[in-house]
Amino acid sequence: MTVKHQQYDVIVIGGGHAGTEAALAAARMGAQTLLITHNIETIGQMSCNPAIGGIGKSHLVKEIDAMGGAMALAADHGGIQFRVLNSRKGPAVRATRAQADRALYKAAIRQLVENQANLQIFQQAVDDLIIQQDCIRGVVTQSDLTFLAKSVVLTTGTFLGGKIHIGNDNYAAGRAGDPPATTLANRLRELPLRVGRLKTGTPPRIDGRSIDYTQLEAQPGDVPTPVFSFMGSRALHPKQVNCFITYTNPSTHEIISNDLELSPMYNGNIDSTGPRYCPSIEDKVTRFADRNQHQIFIEPEGLQTHEVYPNGISTSLPFETQQKFVHSIKGFENAHITRPGYAIEYDYFDPRDLQPSLETKAIEGLFFAGQINGTTGYEEAAAQGLVAGVNAVRRAQEQDAWAPRRDQAYIGVMIDDLVTSGTIEPYRMFTSRAEFRLLLRQDNADLRLSETAHELGCLPAVQWQAFSEKREQLETQQQRLKSSYVQPGEVDVETEEEILGKKLKHEYSMYELLRRPEVNFENLKKLSTQDLSDIPAEVSEQLEIQAKYAGYIERQNVEVEKLTQQEEVKLPQDTNYRAITGLSNEAKQKLMDIKPHTIGQAARISGITPSTISLLLVHLKSKPARKSA
Amino acid sequence: MPKNITQKELICALATPAGKGALAIVRLSGKNAHVIAKQITHKSLAPRQASYTNFYNRDDVVLDQGLAIYFQTPASFTGEDVIEFHCHGNPLLADLLLEALCALGARLATPGEFSLRAFLNNKIDLAQAEAIADLINSTTEQAARTATRSMQGAFSQRVQDVLTQLTQMRMHIEADLDFPDEEIDRQQNEQLVPQLTKLKYFLNELLQQAKLGERLQTGATIAIAGKPNAGKSSLLNVLAQSEVAIVTEIPGTTRDPLSADIEIQGIAVRLIDTAGLRETQDIVEAKGIERTQQALAQADIVLWLTDVSNEDSQSVPSDMDTAKIFYVHNKVDLSTEKKYNDNENIYISAKTQTGIDELLQQLGEHLIGDNNIQEQGDTPFLARGRHVVALQQAQGNIHSAQQRLSNSQELELAAEDLRLAQQNLGEITGEFTPDDLLGKIFSEFCIGK
Repeated sequence: MTVKHQQYDVIVIGGGHAGTEAALAAARMGAQTLLITHNIETIGQMSCNPAIGGIGKSHLVKEIDAMGGAMALAADHGGIQFRVLNSRKGPAVRATRAQADRALYKAAIRQLVENQANLQIFQQAVDDLIIQQDCIRGVVTQSDLTFLAKSVVLTTGTFLGGKIHIGNDNYAAGRAGDPPATTLANRLRELPLRVGRLKTGTPPRIDGRSIDYTQLEAQPGDVPTPVFSFMGSRALHPKQVNCFITYTNPSTHEIISNDLELSPMYNGNIDSTGPRYCPSIEDKVTRFADRNQHQIFIEPEGLQTHEVYPNGISTSLPFETQQKFVHSIKGFENAHITRPGYAIEYDYFDPRDLQPSLETKAIEGLFFAGQINGTTGYEEAAAQGLVAGVNAVRRAQEQDAWAPRRDQAYIGVMIDDLVTSGTIEPYRMFTSRAEFRLLLRQDNADLRLSETAHELGCLPAVQWQAFSEKREQLETQQQRLKSSYVQPGEVDVETEEEILGKKLKHEYSMYELLRRPEVNFENLKKLSTQDLSDIPAEVSEQLEIQAKYAGYIERQNVEVEKLTQQEEVKLPQDTNYRAITGLSNEAKQKLMDIKPHTIGQAARISGITPSTISLLLVHLKSKPARKSA
Repeated sequence: MPKNITQKELICALATPAGKGALAIVRLSGKNAHVIAKQITHKSLAPRQASYTNFYNRDDVVLDQGLAIYFQTPASFTGEDVIEFHCHGNPLLADLLLEALCALGARLATPGEFSLRAFLNNKIDLAQAEAIADLINSTTEQAARTATRSMQGAFSQRVQDVLTQLTQMRMHIEADLDFPDEEIDRQQNEQLVPQLTKLKYFLNELLQQAKLGERLQTGATIAIAGKPNAGKSSLLNVLAQSEVAIVTEIPGTTRDPLSADIEIQGIAVRLIDTAGLRETQDIVEAKGIERTQQALAQADIVLWLTDVSNEDSQSVPSDMDTAKIFYVHNKVDLSTEKKYNDNENIYISAKTQTGIDELLQQLGEHLIGDNNIQEQGDTPFLARGRHVVALQQAQGNIHSAQQRLSNSQELELAAEDLRLAQQNLGEITGEFTPDDLLGKIFSEFCIGK
């Protein structure tokens, strides 16, 4: 009997943050897309803390948003406390963070997925991949159903070979309450891809009714409430609530120290690497023994639940110890733990085996996104999902791959870091990773990416329309500031002296005045008799930032030009570096390992010197011209 | 291969061999090189015409007079716009001219870079590809050797000290930017400003050192070593007084009574007479031996002097790089046996001056050896030039950071300046990645919300 299998352009496996962005992006581009998940109810689930954004991360969210993605909009639907971090520092390092109601956030994602044209959902675990001649053909599910596709995006999170540890107990799981993907993990281990193990952890969850909030410090959200999405608005926000702060104390630390040998991190049961920036409370107490307190953020899990997430005490100590040390904390004296904290180990694949498109080098049409690539965080996962989704479609349509450069997006920084340098701990975004930090701001994500997204076909028409209007306004108003002059004595001398510290000696364009550190848009208005109140706030903000950063932006642009030039010189994937005259053995080994796509990428490999780059240029030039990979 | 690898960056380098000569040619290549040339000469150069002109630095100080020739793209060595500055053959002048070019936006070329560009722009035959590769390699090795040499000792230690302080400051600033919600010991901007002042002061000292103290010694160092009484001081005197070797008269260089500055075949050479190596209890002598060992490690050539009449003094310390040793056998006038020179062994008599010319001949060949290729690698002179440029740029960036710090809204701009300063210093000491910095942050601060 021949079964007629269903044929798709793109199949996405996994319904988390990477999977949903991948599936949505592919479907927005018009590709027939299937999202397969082991459980439809967990689509858009936040497995760890209930928050979206933060420094570096909100930059990613705004970029996803600028490309038509879902995360920022869902955060506006689910956000119950919004803050702008670094609000007193410069715009490049300002970030948005939203505390989210898990249920509302999940519902918003689910709604977007269910209403997306060209996108179908199917519930079943995937057990096998169909691969012919190093090309992906489709997938086979647990009950032997076959789905065919030209591209497959794998977003397995912590489910591949997942193993949960609580004290000395451990068991196989994808996350608390979900089974791991063991069959698929075994199948993937057969592929010619380097595999490793990573670890991450979560804190115990607590019933808010058992917390004495009167002893705790409240942390309200910002007023006015920040909005995450370009297409979002305050009207979407549900009721806003407070977070709270408490601290561990010496007796907490003593309880933990006494039971340290019961922690699988310390008794050798876990030897995989956890993130340096998200240590367990065991780690904090041990490594920073001189500290007599550690901060704990109490994050509400939602409006309809009493559960809270005590951020800062992730642990894999036995449940009894968890209870003991939780009760030693101010406000938690009678706390009831609803779910124990745990550490989870899982498989990841060395991202150096990926192309910048997130397609695996070994299997054509097979893409990886999210924690499977060694990253951590919803935002990092979602950003990769978007790129993998876009490229899955482009692969299916036989078009060239797309990946943003390091000067265009944090997404570009992340992917380049991953495919060039790999990672030995769960990779998380920080602004200090971006050498073009002053260019890559959350306020200009749309200016950096929306046009590209429009060309790629993943930006909804309404968003393109709204963006185009904003950009036009910006250009008009910038021109206006550059060609409008303020004359000395145009307003009274006292105002000039108050704002500028001295009176104006001769005329200046408004743009020149705005470039001065002491002038902002508000007091620029006072220096002129012109009425600037018709300029919308998001436009004046952008004008001010561009004026303030102008000198630095010019300097970074010189670097960008150099980078772009290097990125334009492609290195063929079949280059045999061993045969190139003059390269050191170390350089040969590294180049063979990573197979950089461009001269620029090669130059970023640690230990590759300028003279190696010169030799590569000589090699490229002396080879007869051929199609670049 | 994409058709256009247009190299927009301006590069400059000394095109003539290092050392003293009648002329030194400094070459500048890259897009719109003539724009910088105009700032240097205060003239608009016409293509393919030699103009006699002054060379000015950025502060309009006249550095030298000479010829400037503008080769317009594509009719030039590299195929790009090229300017040749012919100045007087004093390493100091060439160095100042390179500095001036770098201050105007050029950078010092990497080894083989001029030839590379010529090749990429089809100015050199394809068949020469391998030769270019060899050139890049040989000059790179040479550069590595000289860079290491100039990085030994106190200078390197002080650059490291500055870097450590800079890293420490960046760690605080970046942690403040990336982790505002964490409980970390935040340094106030007011605390950072005096630290930057201190850094600037250190950098300034380093610059003075790199520019003056070391530059006067550019060229090679030859150490004379051996057991006591092998005749080291006599050899120094003979070489210093020899007509072939000219004793230089740059004031202030002969600070150490045991050294002399001479020239061998146009290359400035500092001759050092070292204390004899032997076990000793005497503190003063031990100090002398320590200095000897340092001098031997840093020397380009070591003349290992023995007494032919007492050959058991032949033993060379095992940790010495034998590649740079010349075995000089002294006191042949006391020996009846006739000895013949070979590649490693030279027989002389300091007393009768027998064999001194041959010794100088061999030393000259050795010193010029690698330098004889058409394109210069990093001579010690250029390696130091790089350091000077890097230190100056770092200083400028730190100065800018200091100004930015007065305004808390501009912390990320100060951070950018300091990132660049670290990059500048990294050119001397090796790269420092964002991940290295994050590692420092996570080891110092308890991050982990």
